[in-house]
Amino acid sequence: MRSVTINRPFQGATMSEFIYLYRTNDAERRAAMSAEARQQSMQAWLEWMRDLEAKGHIKNPGNPLGTEGRVLRGKVKTVTDGPFVEMKDLVLGYSVIEAKDIDQAAELARGCPMLAGEGSVEVRPVAPM
Amino acid sequence: MTGADTPRELDDHLFRRESGRMVAALTRIFGVHNLALAEDVVQDAFVRALEAWRMRGIPDNPAAWLMTAAKNRAIDVLRRERTARTFAPEMGRLLETEWTLSPAVNEAFEVHTIRDEQLRMMFSCCQPSLAEDVQVALILNILCGFSAGEIAAAFLTSRAAVEKRIARGKKTLAASKRLFDLVDTDFVSRLDSVQRALYLLFNEGYHGSSPELAVRSDLCAEAIRLVMLLREYPPSDTPATSALAALMHLHAARLVTRVDAAGELSRLSEQDRARWDRRLIDQGLGLFDRSATGNELTVYHLQAAIAAEHVRAASVADTNWETIVALYDHLQRLAPSPVVELNRAIAIGERDGAAAGLAALESIANRQRLAEYPFYHAAVAELELRLGYGARARDHFAAAIEVSRNSMERRFLERRVRECELLAPSS
Repeated sequence: MRSVTINRPFQGATMSEFIYLYRTNDAERRAAMSAEARQQSMQAWLEWMRDLEAKGHIKNPGNPLGTEGRVLRGKVKTVTDGPFVEMKDLVLGYSVIEAKDIDQAAELARGCPMLAGEGSVEVRPVAPM
Repeated sequence: MTGADTPRELDDHLFRRESGRMVAALTRIFGVHNLALAEDVVQDAFVRALEAWRMRGIPDNPAAWLMTAAKNRAIDVLRRERTARTFAPEMGRLLETEWTLSPAVNEAFEVHTIRDEQLRMMFSCCQPSLAEDVQVALILNILCGFSAGEIAAAFLTSRAAVEKRIARGKKTLAASKRLFDLVDTDFVSRLDSVQRALYLLFNEGYHGSSPELAVRSDLCAEAIRLVMLLREYPPSDTPATSALAALMHLHAARLVTRVDAAGELSRLSEQDRARWDRRLIDQGLGLFDRSATGNELTVYHLQAAIAAEHVRAASVADTNWETIVALYDHLQRLAPSPVVELNRAIAIGERDGAAAGLAALESIANRQRLAEYPFYHAAVAELELRLGYGARARDHFAAAIEVSRNSMERRFLERRVRECELLAPSS
């Protein structure tokens, strides 16, 4: 895991943890895109993540989630098989963010390249004990 | 993520380049009739790469990562669809059993296999039944990873027209049972078509219509990459291939001064020769030396020889116009065309003076075929201007503007009109 302790301008201030959930739908995920455009989108992500990291907001860059999976439901433990790629609302992955408050966390998410298309970023606080 | 201090960067155009390589490898496995499936698997690898890398950072070897993603996806597809689809006839029954499935897929992704499959794809795109503009569009789309929109932007044509070309070409490709076989008996004549298509691709970059230097250098770079791929395979590494590679390098070396960053054309005499790319010139001259074997003298040899004269000269005045005229004479005998005659007349103008140049322009056979070519009118105007006929020159530049093909040409010609008007104010 990448170390993120190098640059913490907010050290001393009380920082809270937030989770970014990156969401999209399958159509958007598989939208036809030229190789060059994909590479540019990749570049935009890297710049955004590096910027957050440089400002000390990345607690954990997180992980992408695989698109295969199972859902268990109810007392009878119904198991639904993935993959979830057909879903209208697909969680692609998450990152753990440190910010002063939810407003700042949401403000920081504005730069997320996910928002260039139909994707969304859900910002949720990690609830205190 | 490793502990590297500086974050890894992606090579420029990595996805585009790897796209051509992966499609070639996957077509070997799936067969050319499943080209669309191969392209889907590549798209899938890109989607996965994007999703993984944006959170975990770029891996040590991004190209290998993409290849592995494509391989794994290919194996999934093969397992799922091996009863429903037929794959490449070359794969025989290797894909039917788990004993040989993975090794067969791995083999398709080996460096030398990918190189051969790219060549086979290139030769397949250049089928004589396909028009040359279709061949070039196919090469750019399949081997270079350009989308229809990107090709349309580079060629200043509509996206719909390019999509139509690509669709027509792919239909023909998919209908063929297999990719072109490199030991086929018409290898030699097909090689001619491939060279011609790469030449056209390069020309679109060098002389072409896009006003954007970046777009044009991309096309030149792709043509150079593919011609160098031809050189890696001994049967296609002919003297003509070396000559073609030489002329591409020698011209590409001058591209940065031919079109400046603002997308403005400049004349040879205005170009800062110190900015010509020395590395490309050295490579080009080396390739030109290597092309001088055997007894075949092609149009590529002659054009490379002309380009070599230009890069060896310190200035326009210092250029060996005598030799250049002789080379154009030769070219005119080998492949007669009004454009060759036009260039020859310009060279005569440099060698013997503007009046002789004008006389040569006027004696061009089929001159009317140049009426739609802006640089014919511009060449007349340049020589008239040199003789002091400012008003006539201005009229000819104006005639050139009438037939100019893009805003870059138009701006260049308008600048020349203004310069004429400074010399000979109109009444």
